[in-house]
Amino acid sequence: MASAHADSEHAEHAGHGDHPPYLAHHFDTPEQQFDSAKLGMWVFIVTEILMFGGLFVAYLIYKGQEPAIFIEAHNRLDWKMGSVNTIVLLFSSLTAALAVRSSQLGKKNETTMWLTITILCALAFLGIKYVEYSHKFHDGLLPGRFFTAHLPEHAHNGHVLPQRASMFFALYFMMTGLHGLHVVIGMSILGWVLVRNHRGQFSPEYFTPVEIGALYWHLVDLVWIYLFPLVYLVG
Amino acid sequence: MATEVAGAHGHDEPDHLAPYLSPEAGRGIKGWLLTLDHKRIGLMYLVSTLLAFFMGGVFALLVRLELFAPGRTIMSAEYYNRAFTLHGAIMVFLFIIPAVPGALGNFVLPIMLGTKDVAFPRLNLLSFYVYLFGATFALYSIISGSVDTGWTFYTPYSTTSNTSVVSMVLGAFILGFSSILTGLNFIVTIHKLRAPGLHWKRLPLFVWGTYATSIIQVLATPVLAITLLLLAAERTFGLGIFDPALGGDPILFQHFFWFYSHPAVYIMIVPGMAVASELFATFSRRAIFGYFAIAMSSLGLALVGFLVWGHHMYTSGQSEFATTLFAALTMLVAIPSGVKVFNWTATLYKGSIVLTTPMLYALSFLILFTIGGLTGLFVGALSVDIHLHDTYFVVAHFHYVMMGGTVMAFVGGILYWWPKMTGKLYDESLAKKGWFFVFVGFNTTFLIQFIMGSKGMPRRYYDYLPQFETYHKISTVGSWLLLVGFLLTAWALIKSIRSGEKSPPNPWGSAGFEWQGTESPPVMQNFRVTPTITRGPYDYHLCSDEELFDGFPEDAEK
Repeated sequence: MASAHADSEHAEHAGHGDHPPYLAHHFDTPEQQFDSAKLGMWVFIVTEILMFGGLFVAYLIYKGQEPAIFIEAHNRLDWKMGSVNTIVLLFSSLTAALAVRSSQLGKKNETTMWLTITILCALAFLGIKYVEYSHKFHDGLLPGRFFTAHLPEHAHNGHVLPQRASMFFALYFMMTGLHGLHVVIGMSILGWVLVRNHRGQFSPEYFTPVEIGALYWHLVDLVWIYLFPLVYLVG
Repeated sequence: MATEVAGAHGHDEPDHLAPYLSPEAGRGIKGWLLTLDHKRIGLMYLVSTLLAFFMGGVFALLVRLELFAPGRTIMSAEYYNRAFTLHGAIMVFLFIIPAVPGALGNFVLPIMLGTKDVAFPRLNLLSFYVYLFGATFALYSIISGSVDTGWTFYTPYSTTSNTSVVSMVLGAFILGFSSILTGLNFIVTIHKLRAPGLHWKRLPLFVWGTYATSIIQVLATPVLAITLLLLAAERTFGLGIFDPALGGDPILFQHFFWFYSHPAVYIMIVPGMAVASELFATFSRRAIFGYFAIAMSSLGLALVGFLVWGHHMYTSGQSEFATTLFAALTMLVAIPSGVKVFNWTATLYKGSIVLTTPMLYALSFLILFTIGGLTGLFVGALSVDIHLHDTYFVVAHFHYVMMGGTVMAFVGGILYWWPKMTGKLYDESLAKKGWFFVFVGFNTTFLIQFIMGSKGMPRRYYDYLPQFETYHKISTVGSWLLLVGFLLTAWALIKSIRSGEKSPPNPWGSAGFEWQGTESPPVMQNFRVTPTITRGPYDYHLCSDEELFDGFPEDAEK
């Protein structure tokens, strides 16, 4: 089956020979390695979308079953904070893309700047989320058996939520919580990319981790783009 | 990336042209536990999945022993519930899902593609450790109160049972990650790392099957992940998503669960079909009949598998419209399955059949899978299923597919690739005796369960009416024959490791790339020179016996 390469002067038995240091030994060319990494991340993004998909389906089903309660409950979310967070995330996706661009051009310091801004945006997002969560905790807007917003002491403008509104908050916390976890993971990945960029490991020939990290960050953004209108605006 | 790691060790760098099992290719325990070599990772998967198979098997034997006589035989009803749950959970999540892709796929797939490794070797090793991590959770669950919900974890019982459900569910969640990482790795490897000349129409059918499996793993497993996460949150925080008292719906759990677990059935059987395709071609000594049809039917199963989950829920109270639709869609599954069975049979026709042990397993696969598949139509038909639902008929049906199908193919595959993996031959006559007991034992255990089930014996029951006693006794005796068969097979393999004859590169005379292009066992980087693929994997009509067994002269020139 295996007939020898006519030009087998790769000198493979001599070790890694002409392979550049970033090229793993089982790849033939840097392009092959880059394409593989990118395809791998795309496939992983598909799995993430299906995982969130389960939650979106659950949300839509229960919203369909009790639309009135869901609308009443969603009025207790702060759409202004949600909007600010949307803008923050969209902006961070732009800066992540710019980081890839500057990395492709070999501008190390610019890459550092864009990555830092992206990570700061992620921190801002989490900060705002923290403020939102504390309000919900304070008002007893919690999932399942921790839900107390139906009690008189949590009356909002004179009326209380029905107990079954706990379902809305169960889904709200699962969806935003899982998304928040992804923000943290994405931030850590970008932080690792930042460190490697600082060490000068990237060049116009090799910037795969920047590209992959940014791809993941776009996923984090994408999930929010669907989550925000569905939960905050439509209810 | 691998070079960075290897470079860090300096003079410890493994010799890429040493046989992969030799110390030069990685020394001592570290050379195994930190290896990035797909062949070593494959062997580690093989050992761990076989251990899981043994554990799951012990629970199966205990369940059968308890059912030997009516009333209490060896354990209380509580322990019986745990035993059958653990049998199911271990066999599904720890054995059958990772077995063929993790062990055989990892070992064979890159060699079949003519490449040195999978696309992401470190991710590959990670997936193995994630598997072990998940297994630890499952073991913790077993010793800290165990689980009695059945492997399906149906709500509302799983949210109220006072056994250790959360750790088992998290274990399955983590094992899912391992499964996703393996699938992802294979998809990228198949797309990007094929050797020059290996175009899609030359891919071995094992690769096609593994590719279809990987797609299902990647698409279905995340849905199980979120389902199990919701279940864990439901138990921990009283979330209410599956709790009617809080506006939730337990049936939603079943929908979510089967949206994964039905495609997961194809994660289990398609690799078995993939192995069987290789066995049929090699031991019939002829080009596989309907190559393209077999390849596409694997993808067809992957697609259709996503459309039929509702057939597990005919009696759950889902809408009648949904039930009817799912019953109709279920019949579609028969098409790709039938395409495969007919093509395999046509491959045998006028082939020069060699009845080695792997071929005996492949033939058993063909017969038993056909029985399993056809009885699937019985339970897929709406009116019949109302009667058969949750009886031993269903148990027999899926054991014919899972065990008669996948396990037979898996054992056949292990024996077939054993000389490649270990560089040693095994004792054929001992392995054949093992096969005999496995085949007879399997049918003794499960054929009778079709009858028992159609007469109304419900599954998962601790006790039964006197009229079922004979059936249960026969079935239990069958489980002992199975044990004898597997012990004999295990002994044949242990004997081969200890004192087996050295294997030539191609002991079966196969035209497959993995046999033609490599030594037994292969060197660390699989090929001494990057191969260019110039023939198809089933081109038996183009070569003589000498060329098959001794290799092609032009290959020897290198």
